[in-house]
Amino acid sequence: MTSSPKSSPASAPSGPIEAEGLVKRYGDTTALAGLDLIVPPGSIWGLLGPNGAGKTTVVRILSTLLRPDAGRASICGADVQRQPERVRELIGLTGQFAAVDEALTGFENLLLVARLLELPDRRARERAGELLERFGLADAGSRLVRTYSGGMRRRLDVAASLVGTPSVLFLDEPTTGLDPRSRGDVWDLLRGLAAGGTTVLLTTQYLEEADQLSHGISVIDHGRVVETGTPAQLKARLGRQTIELRPVDRGRADDVEEILAGVTGATAARDREGGLVSAALPAGGRAGAVLAAVAARLETAGIEVAEIGVRLATLDEVFLALTGHDAPVEAGR
Amino acid sequence: MNATRAARHGITLGWRNVVKFRHTPDQLLDILLMPITFIVMFVFLFGNAVSGDWHAYLRFVIPGIAVQALMFAMLGGALALNADLREGVHDRFRSLPIARSAPLVGHILGDSIKYVLSVVLVFAFGAALGFRFEGGVLAVAGAAGLLMAFALATCWIGALIGVVARTAETVQALSLVLIFPLTFGSNVFVPTAKLPGWLQAWVRINPVTQVSDAVRELTLDLPAGGSVPASLLWSAAIAAVFAPAAVLLYRRRG
Repeated sequence: MTSSPKSSPASAPSGPIEAEGLVKRYGDTTALAGLDLIVPPGSIWGLLGPNGAGKTTVVRILSTLLRPDAGRASICGADVQRQPERVRELIGLTGQFAAVDEALTGFENLLLVARLLELPDRRARERAGELLERFGLADAGSRLVRTYSGGMRRRLDVAASLVGTPSVLFLDEPTTGLDPRSRGDVWDLLRGLAAGGTTVLLTTQYLEEADQLSHGISVIDHGRVVETGTPAQLKARLGRQTIELRPVDRGRADDVEEILAGVTGATAARDREGGLVSAALPAGGRAGAVLAAVAARLETAGIEVAEIGVRLATLDEVFLALTGHDAPVEAGR
Repeated sequence: MNATRAARHGITLGWRNVVKFRHTPDQLLDILLMPITFIVMFVFLFGNAVSGDWHAYLRFVIPGIAVQALMFAMLGGALALNADLREGVHDRFRSLPIARSAPLVGHILGDSIKYVLSVVLVFAFGAALGFRFEGGVLAVAGAAGLLMAFALATCWIGALIGVVARTAETVQALSLVLIFPLTFGSNVFVPTAKLPGWLQAWVRINPVTQVSDAVRELTLDLPAGGSVPASLLWSAAIAAVFAPAAVLLYRRRG
């Protein structure tokens, strides 16, 4: 034949992460109900969903810790069920609960992983030192991990999953429980890794995290991917513009609600504190005209405004629209 | 995964446990205090009653308490393994390209230090109270080897319990159900002949009795009564059953 092997479908390049029809049941509970996932190389991909949606189950199957009941998955072409050894050589895993040994020092933790990966002793020590340096832990390297802050533990955890320079890195809720600054540190670190060609799959229940960090997002609910796209695509596909308004006197919020509902024709909603009133703009409606109409009515009613604006839907609203719920419900691991 | 690599992974994880003892030596305290408590209590409380003279009882009871100390060290090992399996760090081990048996082997290697320490302590404390080795260097080395063989066999029972149990309480309960009939239902504290007849049948076949007798023979230069080969057989049989079972169930544990 004249066709080159490259163009034959049999040797089509395998993406770093491919999963097809993954099913996992625990007794009567279905954790995964036929989940498909394809992640392009060198990207940060977010699995977004509430607790119990199946995010952790996906990561555990892809990292060979758990066998699926049905479906298949591969990492860089290696099948997770038939070639688990090969897969383990390709991946790094940072689990939901810090996978570091508290009774060892930071340095010993990294040295342990390096030795398990059979690096020669000197190289193992060098590698542990390099990673401590790179993750800003050089000074804390000789301290027991027990004494580390949450952010330091997470960084060490990510460092430990990078000892073997994996092609694919899994992170299960990498920033849960971190303060905003530590969260930003972890984000920077992941961006750097992806820029260096590592494919990163992370789960999160923070919409902001998925929005800020990922090139692509798969929204998971009840064990299935319900939507896939870039953060901008998801917002554009589902989000309409929203008008938001905060009266100076919170007691007038009811009146504001009435005004917004009257102008937009949509139901107005309040945030949790009850001070901020919002309503979706009519499809195709002009934001300027709506704002002007609202402003005129506020003036007539004598309501002073602390804050007013029109914005795109947040991923929060997108998520709510996709799944029909927003309050995460804990369904166990 | 070939055996050399598997051994290397096991040794590396054993190193981890040794480093942990070095950082937190107080975790050795309980296994070291327990045998001392038992020696003091039994020798001075029951010594005169059982043997008519506590010096004679000391000679009788020290080898048995060494065996009992190993059983309690095994319980400590089961608890540590069980706690370790519930730690996140375990997911890391399972996601690395290492032998599936390595975490268990690593634990047992680390624990063997506890076994050596507890046996040495029992004999050292016994010697301070007047226990004398009468069997010569070779016989004492033989006794040490025998105790280690028994420890390395029974620790697989501990590993199995540690793997199967979901909580620390279950480990405690299962281990004590095992340890009490084995140690108190033996001739560790009371000579077989002084026990009620129905109990003697069990005490005679009990591996703890066999190992205690073997250690008495070797350290006190008593005439050989077949308990040395019997204890080696028991150790081999226990390891042959429980080591594969522990590894198998460990692999199944999701």
